[in-house]
Amino acid sequence: MAKITQEQKDYQQLVKNVKPKPPYLKNIVMAFLVGGLICLIGQLILNFYISLGLDSTKEAPSATSATLVFLGAFLTGLGVYDKIGKRAGAGSIVPITGFANSIVAPAMEFKSEGYVFGVAAKMFVVAGPVLVYGIASSALIGLIYYVVKF
Amino acid sequence: MAVKKLGAQTVKFQNPPSIIATATVVGPVEGKGPLRNYFDLILGDFKFQEKSWEKAEKKMLKEAVEMAVKKSGVPSDKIEYFIAGDLLNQIISASFAARELGYPFLGIYGACSTVAEGLGIGAMLVDGGYADNIVVGTSSHFCSAERQYRFPLELGNQRPPTAQRTVTGAGAAVISTKNQNPRITYVTTGKVIDMGAVDPNDMGSAMAPAAVDTIVMHLEDSKRTPEDYDLIVTGDLASVGKDIAQKLMLQKGIDVSNKYTDCGLLIYSPEQDVHAGGSGCACAAVVTFGYIFNEMQKGRYNKILLVATGALMNSTIVQQGETIPCIAHAVALENL
Repeated sequence: MAKITQEQKDYQQLVKNVKPKPPYLKNIVMAFLVGGLICLIGQLILNFYISLGLDSTKEAPSATSATLVFLGAFLTGLGVYDKIGKRAGAGSIVPITGFANSIVAPAMEFKSEGYVFGVAAKMFVVAGPVLVYGIASSALIGLIYYVVKF
Repeated sequence: MAVKKLGAQTVKFQNPPSIIATATVVGPVEGKGPLRNYFDLILGDFKFQEKSWEKAEKKMLKEAVEMAVKKSGVPSDKIEYFIAGDLLNQIISASFAARELGYPFLGIYGACSTVAEGLGIGAMLVDGGYADNIVVGTSSHFCSAERQYRFPLELGNQRPPTAQRTVTGAGAAVISTKNQNPRITYVTTGKVIDMGAVDPNDMGSAMAPAAVDTIVMHLEDSKRTPEDYDLIVTGDLASVGKDIAQKLMLQKGIDVSNKYTDCGLLIYSPEQDVHAGGSGCACAAVVTFGYIFNEMQKGRYNKILLVATGALMNSTIVQQGETIPCIAHAVALENL
């Protein structure tokens, strides 16, 4: 990177002073409400599966995750999820429905480049880093747990 | 000696070339904006009966050029150059449109300043005696630009208030030696200015210093003042960049407050949820060739300084930590 000059520094300071800030408080409140709502729906689905007789520690949670992933993907396909995300921000990105959205959105978008180099190759363009660092850190935590336990 | 050159960066034409016809195509969102009555063709969707957004963009540009040539009355085989550029990698919209149009083609790239770069080069060719009729065009498309520069459309992310919406559209103009208004009288070619901006979601404040530099150079070279113009219009600084540009000009003792506007603000209304405003090659192009050209023909404006602005980066180099270099070219349009 080129060295930043004093003139550039002064200008960036001016920009910082005048440029509008995102509405942080509103974003936080919306993220809390929508994120909480998605979790509430998840809880209702979980309770429903348990009431059907699924095992409450393994089967019902897995079925709940699968249902939420389906809902996230379905709403992305209908073109609704990005509109929710626009208002909810992190509230709809962080839950597992947001993960589904991040995979389905590029898969839909890159269909025009074909099923191999488009859909398949670009499917994880957003979710890829989450997978890489998610799996890597869970492996690391697992290793620490293994060492500490013995 | 370069007899038509003034000062460091400006050209003054001896026989100012005329813009004899223009044409504009815009997308559905621009078609609901405040300038909708100035556009020739408003699309109902983003695909324009094509299979992809890229193909739709190329088709918009081709349509705009064909309409402009038809309106000009110049026979197609008398168009001597087609000068065009766009935002997509390797300027494919322009060259693929050129493949179908069949005119001798000069591809240019100035990001969102392309329209002014094209008008400048085109006017130099015409006044230089190298051509009698040329056509200039440019295009951009919200969906094709988003996928190249940012995220997939259906991704549920939030955009900051400084973000701008890429205008879906294409504009074209025929420049000619014909004796007709409006004319291109001066062109000031900008330098690349980098004030250290790194945020690709805030192009307005990155480009504002380039616009100011070019305006200052234009006034200095041409010995003109803002009073000489009815309107000074920047390309796509939008709300954030426009405010900053105005501040920077005041610091240099240039007061343009009562006659300064920006294409990125004109093209959408605030209710359209486009954050800071419009951007993209088509932003300055459709506003200039739609709104400004028509108002100049009606005589509401007689002297306009168009200062189209562009951010000269791609997503790769920004991810590598580079700051964003920007440019602005000024074109004076006048009824003589």
